[in-house]
Amino acid sequence: MEILLAVTVGLLYASGMYMILRRSLVKLIIGLILLGNGANLLIFILGRISKGKPPIIPETEKFFIDAYADPVPQALILTAIVISFGLQSFAIVLIKRAYKVVGTDDLDEMNTTDEEI
Amino acid sequence: MTQHLILLPIVNQLLVAVLLMFFYGKVKTQRVLSVAGSVLNLIIAGLVLQRVASHGFLTLQAGNWQAPFGITFIADHFAALMVLLTAISGLAVSFFSTKTIHVKRVKFGFFPIFHFLLSGLNGAFLTGDIFNLYVWFEVMIISSFVLLTLGARKQQLEGAVKYFTLNLLASVIFLTAIGVLYGITGTLNMADLALKVPQVENRGLVHVTAILFFIGFGIKSAVFPLYFWLPASYHTPPAAVSAIFGGLLTKVGVYALVRMFTLIFTDDLFLQRMILGVAVMTIFSGALGALVKNDMRKIFSYLIICHIGFMIGGLGMMTETALVGAVFYLIHDIVVKTNLFMVAGMVKKVTGKQDTRVMGGLYSTHPLIALLAAVPLFSLVGFPPLSGFWPKLELFRAALTDGFYTTFAFLLFGSFITLFVVAKMWKRVFWGEIITPLKQGFTLFDDETPQRKLMFLLPIVFLACVSLYIGLGANHVWQLSQTIAGELMDPQPYIEAVFETLNSAEYEN
Amino acid sequence: MKSVILKTASDYLLPLLLLFSVFILLRGHYLPGGGFVGGLIASIAFILYAFSNGLAKTKTLLRMHPGFLMPVGLMMALLSGLAPLFITGQPFMTGLWFPDPAPVIGMIGSALFFDIGVYLVVVGVSLTIIFTISENA
Repeated sequence: MEILLAVTVGLLYASGMYMILRRSLVKLIIGLILLGNGANLLIFILGRISKGKPPIIPETEKFFIDAYADPVPQALILTAIVISFGLQSFAIVLIKRAYKVVGTDDLDEMNTTDEEI
Repeated sequence: MTQHLILLPIVNQLLVAVLLMFFYGKVKTQRVLSVAGSVLNLIIAGLVLQRVASHGFLTLQAGNWQAPFGITFIADHFAALMVLLTAISGLAVSFFSTKTIHVKRVKFGFFPIFHFLLSGLNGAFLTGDIFNLYVWFEVMIISSFVLLTLGARKQQLEGAVKYFTLNLLASVIFLTAIGVLYGITGTLNMADLALKVPQVENRGLVHVTAILFFIGFGIKSAVFPLYFWLPASYHTPPAAVSAIFGGLLTKVGVYALVRMFTLIFTDDLFLQRMILGVAVMTIFSGALGALVKNDMRKIFSYLIICHIGFMIGGLGMMTETALVGAVFYLIHDIVVKTNLFMVAGMVKKVTGKQDTRVMGGLYSTHPLIALLAAVPLFSLVGFPPLSGFWPKLELFRAALTDGFYTTFAFLLFGSFITLFVVAKMWKRVFWGEIITPLKQGFTLFDDETPQRKLMFLLPIVFLACVSLYIGLGANHVWQLSQTIAGELMDPQPYIEAVFETLNSAEYEN
Repeated sequence: MKSVILKTASDYLLPLLLLFSVFILLRGHYLPGGGFVGGLIASIAFILYAFSNGLAKTKTLLRMHPGFLMPVGLMMALLSGLAPLFITGQPFMTGLWFPDPAPVIGMIGSALFFDIGVYLVVVGVSLTIIFTISENA
């Protein structure tokens, strides 16, 4: 399972990077989304995968009697997902406006900021 | 109850932002509320610093979960000072934007977003948990995206696309680094990391993580190969927005770098050499960029990059003197850069132009403005006894005493180029023939009522006074920097402050 | 979109989904669920309604600008975080609970109010975003 997830993370990072390097604005956003998902999965694997052991102490006990799944990575991922949800929706609105105002989705043509006035 | 003081800077800004959202569309109320909130924040920040100076570090375990399990907030001298500087710049910019930000932008929610940005900054300075740092960084960059794009002119949107992409990439790299660090140490608390990272046996993995952090924060603080988003975007939004960006956003990246590389990834020759190498290249490329540009705000953007190199260089040398220099430079730079971008906005308001080649004669037409502009400009160069002189002196001393001759050469080069660029700008904008202002979409400065003129100049005067104080009262600031550098070199008290358990019983007293 | 089936279904689905979102919100403390997911489900309910009945009708149904929910929710979350400071003097975000469970809802504490705040913010933000995007389309 770990190996499968590791390969998936690698693929997500690689394809995300590839998409960022394309010239189209839409592909840029897709690349950023893939990268974000890759990072989330990476945190998930690095928190060690264990099956069916919720980190809840039974009422009769005072501490964990068994090995348990680490809850922290999941909390981190949830936070990261919420944040990337906000960022991505902003990104989509931004590229829509940019496309309308600039009139192109080719990143190479967005160079008025580098021109001398 | 005193421990709660540490949260006040964050909570105050958040409360102001939320209150401002309730007054959506009411321009006048928002302006008054924003300035009032900023004044309150300045008072709170002053109290926090005073408390830290008199009673030692302030710590708070959020949710009463003890470290390292919960989220820790900690204010040492460095964090408290940064909060104070944020409050100073925030107040000046908040006041400046009441008059310079167009009503349309205010109606679109400029002020709430501005205060969210400030609360993100305060949070990033005060947190003692690395994932929480990530969250505050995100609060900051989401707000900065909105501030950058408000108004949606063509240039702004193009700049925003570049800014957005690279900052998002930085966040992903930062998140990856946090994931790897959690995987190898099993903790996220910065003080706990400081204890656990040196024990990790796989040093290669630690190096990789350190470099991931360096890249993540490096993009945010605009160091050498990663700065291209900065000159592409900082000259596009209104002057008030560039002022807060130029003053604080890159500096928080520097703050995070200093924290990471003095607390967690310490005593590593390879990393220090890498940081020094990046620093000298940052100075070099920023200086060259500033030489060839003509847009006033673009020149300042490149000067930001150049001077980030000074601070990173101080970090890379890793001696106490160098850190004093770096911290002192940070203090000086936040105030001066915020002021410079406001001055650039002012000059545009007077002349109606941004290109320095077609300006001239401001010294004879508006001598008072020229005098005001001289304070931050000359401080930037570091004419003694203005504020830029002392930190540079300290950095030079550190480089010479410990044999960093290459770094010394580049520091000197950066200073000379800054001098040259500022002299060129002075000659073009303030001397020379008087050129009539260009009529544009806004009321020119000369046509404003005297009362409004005063309102424009007040925040610039305020920051000029602060930077004069840093220069003339350098003794106080130097002592403070000395304390901070001492704390950074010896993180033991920081770690102890975090783990000093305060249970609920003590809180009830 | 003009589809009789979707239109009829969405009329019934809207209250059902809203009820479901409240259910998810309330069970969120110990079981999967919570303010964020509940808020998303609630906003999906309105978006589905907007798909079949148009934006204008959805806005009249909502009666207020969804953006108004953002400060309300934020204020609620912030105050529930600050509550322990004023009530027991414990640090920010410490959980406070009423001693007795309420019928149907279960235990009530500051975490629940925080979650309701998150719920409102999520509904406000996602509806504002979707409305903005579809208005400019």
